[in-house]
Amino acid sequence: MLSVRFIGSLAPVFEPGFFSSSPVRVALIVGGVVAIVSGVVGTFTVIRGQAFAGHSLADIGTAGGSAAFLIGVSPFYGFVAMNLIAAGAMEMIGIRRPRGRDLATGIVLGAALGLAALFLYLDTTHSSTTGATINVLFGSIFELPSSLVPVIAVFSVVATGMVLVSYRPLLLSSLSPDLATTRGVPVRLVGIGYLIALAVAVSLSAVTIGAILSTALLIGPAAAALRLTKRAPFAMAIAAGIGVAATWLGILLAYDSYDWTPGHGWPVSFFVVSLVFVFYLVIHSSVGRTSARRHPASAEAA
Amino acid sequence: MELQAVPPPILMVEGINVSLSGRQILHGVGFRIDAGEFTGLIGSNGAGKTTLLRVILGLETPTSGRVLLGGRPRSPRNPLIGYVPQKITLDPDMPLRARDLVGLGIDGHRFGFPRRSLTQKKLVNEMLDAVGATSFADARVGVLSGGEQQRVLIAHALISRPRLLLLDEPLANLDISSEQEIVDLVARIATEQQIAVLISAHDMNPLLPVMDRVIYVAAGRVASGTTEEVVTTEVLSHLYGHHVDVVHVNDRILVVAGRDTAAHHHADWRAC
Amino acid sequence: MFSGFMINAWEAATIVAIVAGVVGFFTVLRGSAFAAHALPNGAFAGAAGASLIGVNVIVGLGVFALLGALTIGGLGRRARQDVATALAIVMMLGLGALFLSMTTEYAPEIYSLLFGEVLGVSSNELLPTAGIGLVCVATVFILYRPLLLSSVLPDAAEARGVRGQQMDLAFLVVIALATTMAVPVVGSLLIFSLLIGPPAAARSFTNNPIKAMGLSVGFALGTVWAAIALSFASNLPIGFFVGAISACSYGVGRAWTGWRRTKPVPNAPRVLGSGVGV
Repeated sequence: MLSVRFIGSLAPVFEPGFFSSSPVRVALIVGGVVAIVSGVVGTFTVIRGQAFAGHSLADIGTAGGSAAFLIGVSPFYGFVAMNLIAAGAMEMIGIRRPRGRDLATGIVLGAALGLAALFLYLDTTHSSTTGATINVLFGSIFELPSSLVPVIAVFSVVATGMVLVSYRPLLLSSLSPDLATTRGVPVRLVGIGYLIALAVAVSLSAVTIGAILSTALLIGPAAAALRLTKRAPFAMAIAAGIGVAATWLGILLAYDSYDWTPGHGWPVSFFVVSLVFVFYLVIHSSVGRTSARRHPASAEAA
Repeated sequence: MELQAVPPPILMVEGINVSLSGRQILHGVGFRIDAGEFTGLIGSNGAGKTTLLRVILGLETPTSGRVLLGGRPRSPRNPLIGYVPQKITLDPDMPLRARDLVGLGIDGHRFGFPRRSLTQKKLVNEMLDAVGATSFADARVGVLSGGEQQRVLIAHALISRPRLLLLDEPLANLDISSEQEIVDLVARIATEQQIAVLISAHDMNPLLPVMDRVIYVAAGRVASGTTEEVVTTEVLSHLYGHHVDVVHVNDRILVVAGRDTAAHHHADWRAC
Repeated sequence: MFSGFMINAWEAATIVAIVAGVVGFFTVLRGSAFAAHALPNGAFAGAAGASLIGVNVIVGLGVFALLGALTIGGLGRRARQDVATALAIVMMLGLGALFLSMTTEYAPEIYSLLFGEVLGVSSNELLPTAGIGLVCVATVFILYRPLLLSSVLPDAAEARGVRGQQMDLAFLVVIALATTMAVPVVGSLLIFSLLIGPPAAARSFTNNPIKAMGLSVGFALGTVWAAIALSFASNLPIGFFVGAISACSYGVGRAWTGWRRTKPVPNAPRVLGSGVGV
């Protein structure tokens, strides 16, 4: 039968032991869930034009993740704590002069990365594992303790839930805060809820593909999805779909790559990021430029 | 009467057409400015004033037509023109004093480090004095008020001894008393140094006392001449393509659109 | 701390600081946060690749940084905010991780490329480092006036024949070169801090741009020297000190500005309102 032939021909793609390997199963589940959260939250990040803030948040989180590693706790909790603090600080500083804010953000970024350097160094010297740097910065999706899975699940549900529940007010206040206010939307509250969801989403993808690469999963699928549709619910679904596809394919390729270069595989995060990039480029070039301008206010200053 | 060689106009614009992103911004624009004339470039926002100025400066290429400065085509450096942009796009915290900005007017296009000779320093001080900026010459450019910034920008443009001063909406960000001061300042300098002035504005009233000629821009077309010639119901209605009324109230002139064409404003609610 | 191999560290760090101070002045003036962020990430991938194929790391840094500068310069201003460029930058980091994963020194190499290393420049790399640094500083000096003009008044500069795009490209190349020589010492993640911290602090203390550039170099030197000394004494990573000291000097600068604003100084130029007669 054709279907048997088809499945048979797929066999070389899935190297032996793929589906029976426990770390792979955990990786697939966690990776998939995290990709969904990133896609949903990331859609709004792109709509709000806050890609740089998301990126800075992730980098700042490295300090938290590496500190957590040092005290023997899963980096995830460190990411979440640090990201929540940073998101809160960003909210309080607010939107003033864009350039001044960028400079201040950059300085804080530098300080946080310096702290990360410190903690990671202490990690490697004190805990005699050399994996801290790679774990925190580039993800540890194949080494997740199964005790973390339910935690990730809960946080994912909460973050996604927050966005879905406040989807309409969030969309309105993202497109026009003033209009939202006049319609009675609690813009500040909605904004804070979104920042919490963002902090969690960035932390989740920091665990799977690493803190400094997590931006890819946040904005890549979302930006691609928004090129395909202007309707937010579809965009969120498509972004989640692209993210899951890139993650699962990345996991598969990373697993297979153990046989390409004998001894060790290629990093999962590399595959996921590359796939997100490729997906984006393909969609970008085949759909063509729509007339939506992402940052009307950030075009050349008058 | 003796036959004398007529000096070429400082600025001659002929048959300028400009298209941007598929839209025709300027249609067959032509006018001239002679030495020492104070000309207002009047039109509402979006009429094409900025595009026209950019074409004159060489920042925009027209699809057809030409611009002659002092009888010759434009050169890359435009030494005849002193350009006063609308504002300084700079972080208020940036370390650049008013006198540094004016100094850049002398040699900002030359490579190397500024080594100010005593003569140059004197010149900078003179310019600052001429525009009334001496008291804030050492203050950061970014913290100056709109009016103070305009003065510094004017000094910056003047220091290279241009024959034509081009000001891009200098009054746009100013309060009423500052508006009047800037207009008086520019008019005085123009007369003293025999410099032609082309000053763009969306409201012609502050300029009425000092304008020799007006170039009125509407819908990408221009009408040029004296205020009495150009700012009339007939001429402007023809220019706009629909009826407008020119109303004189005391010393002010108002241009009021007719009933049948209300301006539309499109709200852009599309997702980014 | 001043003996033998440490002399290299001091010399290299001094060169890096001078370049960072000079280049950083314009980086902050022009708000080039994007380039200062993007180029080191690309350079990281180049260094990782060089490490993998056994070529000198500086070569890898330089090639990728310059390619990045040309690409960004070619893209134009609007495209820089595009998601594709953000993704490309992240991709460079992923690529770097890939290359290093294939070397035997995966973790330590990643760490020292990202966060820097006191002994990051060996004695035979000192000369090329100094050479590149000299080119950077000389270029900034030569371009000082037109670069300043086109940063402050882009249209007026253009009208005087100073092509903004050329200045952009030239400055991107300068950042690329500065990145190349600084990454071995301070790391690709922290070079951004060294580029913006000292100039941001310097501008709080003077209005004069040339003095500000000088102060910027001074603060950069102070930052780097203190970082080396502290790193040597405590055995803690130099990157930590660079990030911390940059943040502190920025904070001090802001505090000084804030304090000065509350105190009217008699001889300071008074910013007058609109009632000034001509």
